[in-house]
Amino acid sequence: MENVLRTHKITKYFYDPEKFQVLKGIDLTVNRGEFLSLVGKSGCGKSTLMYILSTMDTDYEGELEISGQRLTGKSLNELAAFRNAHIGFVFQFHYLLPEFTALQNIMIPALKLARYSRAEVEARAYAKLEMLGIQDFARKPTNKLSGGQQQRVAIARALINDPDIIMGDEPTGNLDSYNTHMVFDIFAELTHRYKQTIIAVTHDDEFARKSDRIIEMSDGTIISN
Amino acid sequence: MTLVFEIAKTHLLSKPKQTIVAMLGVTFGIGMFVAMVSLMTGLNDMTENLAMTSSPDIHIYHDNTLERKSIAEEINPGGVNVVYHSKPKNETPKVRNALRMAEIIRKHPEVRGVSAQLTSQVFYNYGPIQLNGQVSGVDILEEDRLFNIQGKMKQGRMEDLIVNQDGIIMGTGLARKLKAKTGDRVVITTPQGFTMTLKIVGLFQMGIGAIDNVKSYANISTVQNILQRDKSYLTDINIKLYDFNLAKDIAPEFQKTFGYKAEDWETANATMLLGVIIRNILTYSVSITLLIVAGFGIYNILNMTIMNKMKDIAILKAMGFSGGDVKNIFMIQSLTIGLLGSVLGLAIGFLLSYLIAQAPFDGGDVLSIDHLPVNFKLKYYVVGILFGVATTAVAGYLPSRKAAKLDPIEIIRGQ
Repeated sequence: MENVLRTHKITKYFYDPEKFQVLKGIDLTVNRGEFLSLVGKSGCGKSTLMYILSTMDTDYEGELEISGQRLTGKSLNELAAFRNAHIGFVFQFHYLLPEFTALQNIMIPALKLARYSRAEVEARAYAKLEMLGIQDFARKPTNKLSGGQQQRVAIARALINDPDIIMGDEPTGNLDSYNTHMVFDIFAELTHRYKQTIIAVTHDDEFARKSDRIIEMSDGTIISN
Repeated sequence: MTLVFEIAKTHLLSKPKQTIVAMLGVTFGIGMFVAMVSLMTGLNDMTENLAMTSSPDIHIYHDNTLERKSIAEEINPGGVNVVYHSKPKNETPKVRNALRMAEIIRKHPEVRGVSAQLTSQVFYNYGPIQLNGQVSGVDILEEDRLFNIQGKMKQGRMEDLIVNQDGIIMGTGLARKLKAKTGDRVVITTPQGFTMTLKIVGLFQMGIGAIDNVKSYANISTVQNILQRDKSYLTDINIKLYDFNLAKDIAPEFQKTFGYKAEDWETANATMLLGVIIRNILTYSVSITLLIVAGFGIYNILNMTIMNKMKDIAILKAMGFSGGDVKNIFMIQSLTIGLLGSVLGLAIGFLLSYLIAQAPFDGGDVLSIDHLPVNFKLKYYVVGILFGVATTAVAGYLPSRKAAKLDPIEIIRGQ
């Protein structure tokens, strides 16, 4: 199976308040189309690992490769452009831009990428909204939407550039059980129908259990894979 | 880039009040700058103009207050010569060969006109009134070529002086103080005690009290008569150049050639030019202060916006916006505020200048103006807009750079 993400001996230290090794030589390979949950107790380094995998954190030792590209050592601007094209994000909070409508929020990463014309981007964004069943809210400002709707808009935004990986940091952490199920179902459908790779950090055992692969971390190492 | 513009626009429009307040800061600063600079340069130009129209570019005269060598120095050169309490030499202010000098000077390529004349302190007596003043014996046609006397006549005709040997053309201020009119006869007394009665044939007005209140013109021979001097007695040579800015360079040349003091207009009007400098300093310091205050306003507002938009910045960076993109978003906002504010400021500045120009102002005895002089020069409007945009660019740059350097993980994880 084709692998989409590979790490080699990723190690990271925190220096504040004192030197502390958060990650201890993490080797990880993620295959295309995998729905992977990253679990572990608070402070085990799972979020830290995810932010390194997402290329936003560049302060580590070891090597990171996504879609065959070695990302370790690239400049911040190169990494930003890479994230734009290859990585989608879903966070615990939706992080939608409040001044823009749902549709505009979804379009922003695609307009940034500028692979398609504005009209095409709009059509694609609309298609994503339809896929997630929230096309009725397309023209609404995002602060007028409910939590579940906002999170679905955020997922649509993560999907707009057809990323190689969707990274989720507690994507259901702020949702009630109904919406948690809904988000999980969306993720499951994305992986099974569209072969979308998803890496999600979660505290929710049920969410993790239902995913394809669970990686459990403790004290900066992977203890079960 | 268009996306960055769009985001900047949305940010500005979503907080219209804040945007307008920031803009008004710039507007006020630029408006005041334009109005002040227009009035101040108007005043400067006017004073300079008045000085230029009433004083010669170069004035050659015999400066007998200059330090002179004592006779001991001449007999014993190089020795230790001390002369206590030396008295000034009894010299007349006569410029020798003045007419010949005038002819030579006239041939100089930069010289537009030369007028050789004689000037004397006198008392004007009319009835019981006695006033101190000055009379210049001139070839009125030459003088006209230098100072456009024709255009400054308020009563009578300039040519009447030529036909009236005992005529005099008097400054309006002087005539008013004497309560004398055209046709009246005034008695003139010289410091040496000679007197003569002259008839006022006309009145002129230069627009500066310092001249209009003391000076009158008479024929050269008349003044020579009053002073009981010979026909070659002349005391001053006035010169006008084609380009008055060259006066400073040409004056020393004449001084060296003829051996008489040659004073350029800048030296003669040093106090007035100091006024020009002080006005400029005032204008720019007040305007820059206003702009700095406006700049701090923008800095504050942008800083606040960025504080409020930390989450937005973090997600934009996560989604692939580079630090430069984020910086541009905020720089565009600040420059838009600066540009719109400045343009509005120019309009306000123009309006203020226009109103100032309408306001009546009595220059009194000192200046003959009835309105404040205001400049409407494109230059100051261009400077104004450049100032406005530059201030907002600086004020916007610091917060924008901060936004660009923001670490998205800190914000996303900090939640």
